[in-house]
Amino acid sequence: MFSLLFRTATRFLFPLMIVFSIFVLFRGHNAPGGGFIGGLVGAAGFALYIIAFGTEQARTAMRFSRRLYMAIGLTLMLGSGLVSLLAGDAFMTTQWYSIQIPVLGKLGTPAIFDTGVYLAVIGVTMIILMSLAED
Amino acid sequence: MLFLPILIPFAAGILGIFFWYKPNLQRWTTLIGMVALLIVSVMIFNTVWADGIQVAQGGSWVAPIGISLVIDLLSAILLLTAAILGTAVAVYSFGAIGDQRAAYGYFPLLCFLLMGICGAFITGDMFNLYVWFEVMLISSFVLLALGGERNQLEGALKYMTINLIASMIFLIGLGILYSVVGTLNMADIAKSLPDVQNQGMVLPMAMLFMTAFGIKAAMFPLYFWLPASYHTPPPVISAIFAGLLTKVGIYTLTRAFTLMFILHVEFTHTLLLVMSGFTMFFGVLGAVAQNEIRRILSFHSISQIGYMMMGLGLYSVMGLAGAIIYMVHHSLVKANLFLISGVIEHMTGTDSLKKIGGYYKNYPFLAILFALSAFALAGIPPLSGFWAKFAVVRAGLELESLWIVGVALVVGLLTTFSMTKIWAKGFWKPTPEKYAHLVDASARGPVSMIAPIIGLVVITLAMGIFFEPIYTVAEVAAEQLLDPSAYISAVNPQDFTALGGHE
Repeated sequence: MFSLLFRTATRFLFPLMIVFSIFVLFRGHNAPGGGFIGGLVGAAGFALYIIAFGTEQARTAMRFSRRLYMAIGLTLMLGSGLVSLLAGDAFMTTQWYSIQIPVLGKLGTPAIFDTGVYLAVIGVTMIILMSLAED
Repeated sequence: MLFLPILIPFAAGILGIFFWYKPNLQRWTTLIGMVALLIVSVMIFNTVWADGIQVAQGGSWVAPIGISLVIDLLSAILLLTAAILGTAVAVYSFGAIGDQRAAYGYFPLLCFLLMGICGAFITGDMFNLYVWFEVMLISSFVLLALGGERNQLEGALKYMTINLIASMIFLIGLGILYSVVGTLNMADIAKSLPDVQNQGMVLPMAMLFMTAFGIKAAMFPLYFWLPASYHTPPPVISAIFAGLLTKVGIYTLTRAFTLMFILHVEFTHTLLLVMSGFTMFFGVLGAVAQNEIRRILSFHSISQIGYMMMGLGLYSVMGLAGAIIYMVHHSLVKANLFLISGVIEHMTGTDSLKKIGGYYKNYPFLAILFALSAFALAGIPPLSGFWAKFAVVRAGLELESLWIVGVALVVGLLTTFSMTKIWAKGFWKPTPEKYAHLVDASARGPVSMIAPIIGLVVITLAMGIFFEPIYTVAEVAAEQLLDPSAYISAVNPQDFTALGGHE
């Protein structure tokens, strides 16, 4: 299924959707958003890519294997819980650091956890979507 | 420290995903993870034995706001059992799970399943328990369907449907519970339940939870999913399912009906007792009618679940102690029997009793391992099953529930009968001529498959021979269960309104 209009539009929409998904991810702590929904938006971007260019191209666009996304995501989640052990608190105690990052806000372990969720959701959704698309 | 039983399998599972295309590395990371889990479980058991109930608050939130992890002696014992079985299965998988099945992610899933089981054993929060149930359900569903043979998918579908219904009932129960009591922390529920205004809701709630956990535990009349699915996946997966998954159901039943729902003991525990009688009886009747080793074993699981429920229903120190010993004994022995049936299948390609035979002649060592496990299951003294049954039956006699004792004894006899059936047909009778080509007397199960079987048999024997210390431990665990105040004060749930929350 080749459509020049759709492909051209996707070229513009895809980066926008990825940027937007990251925006949703980081505004999540105090406002609606977060890792899960951000990951879904990101996956929707890749899904658009699949429809426009096919699974092979989408695979290249993702750069790493989908399982790697999943594994890194899970590692980040686990790691964000372990940080508190270094500080001598119980597992998963939230650690806040006073460093302010422009746009994103205060740095803390919840952001790491959410990033982990984001990556894992992208990985899993893409595994599901690609197996469906390839059938 | 208390988080480690969850974190170790989780980390091992993640490593498995990283090494997705290197099955050998996965085997080793899984094994290392399970051994680490075993070491940690022993340490936790020692701590709990020496210092009493251990509590950890997730994220440093005070109970009941955060999620509490609570390990009392029962949890510690079951954690240890899970770790032993996990290690045995990890070793066994070296020989039993080929690269092809590993390519579907068998090893990470096994780790995540263990994570779910450990989580369910140690959590002190009802909703968290639901989450662990889901973790178990998802990973066990994929493990069941893995490989995608036709009867596997059929079994997996039945398993999935009925377990989803159970989860739904559980969730409805949780919703009602939260609306009535206003908390999901088990200790807090136990503390506030007697003072709840709407007392009329307490019993229906208890019944919802009994149904949900009863389905998970394969209690009469909700056991039909178990024999429909347990014999379909590779034997090693059946082993871990039969050994641990139903135990989680029994564990949650025990937890719910010794800690929280003890306001209507007269009704609930009598009901449990009656159900346990039916569960035992119909389970064993099903077993007697079957002709494949693994089907027989599946039906047995049900009838043995009955004994554990009987201990819970009797609701006395000895009954509960018996139930606890029974859980441990049954996990190890039943898993082991499945593992042995796996060796038989590995060598002949079938476990139908009509087709095999002559195992005693050809593989005397395997036959002895089987005989020890089967007799332990049937309850021949001095093996572990005898003591477990003895404790439960004795408790029944002390409380003068003679009819349940009668049922238990008859079922014991029938268990022996159906175990003899496997023995006589699989091991003793000569190989049927029609299928003689299936038996290769020189075939041997790989060492990695035999070693864990030997290990489990040794543990079973040790449980039978050194029964006294084991009973002492179980008795202390049962006393802890019968006295929820220690559990509640260990968790020490704060008054929610005093913490700044609102009604």
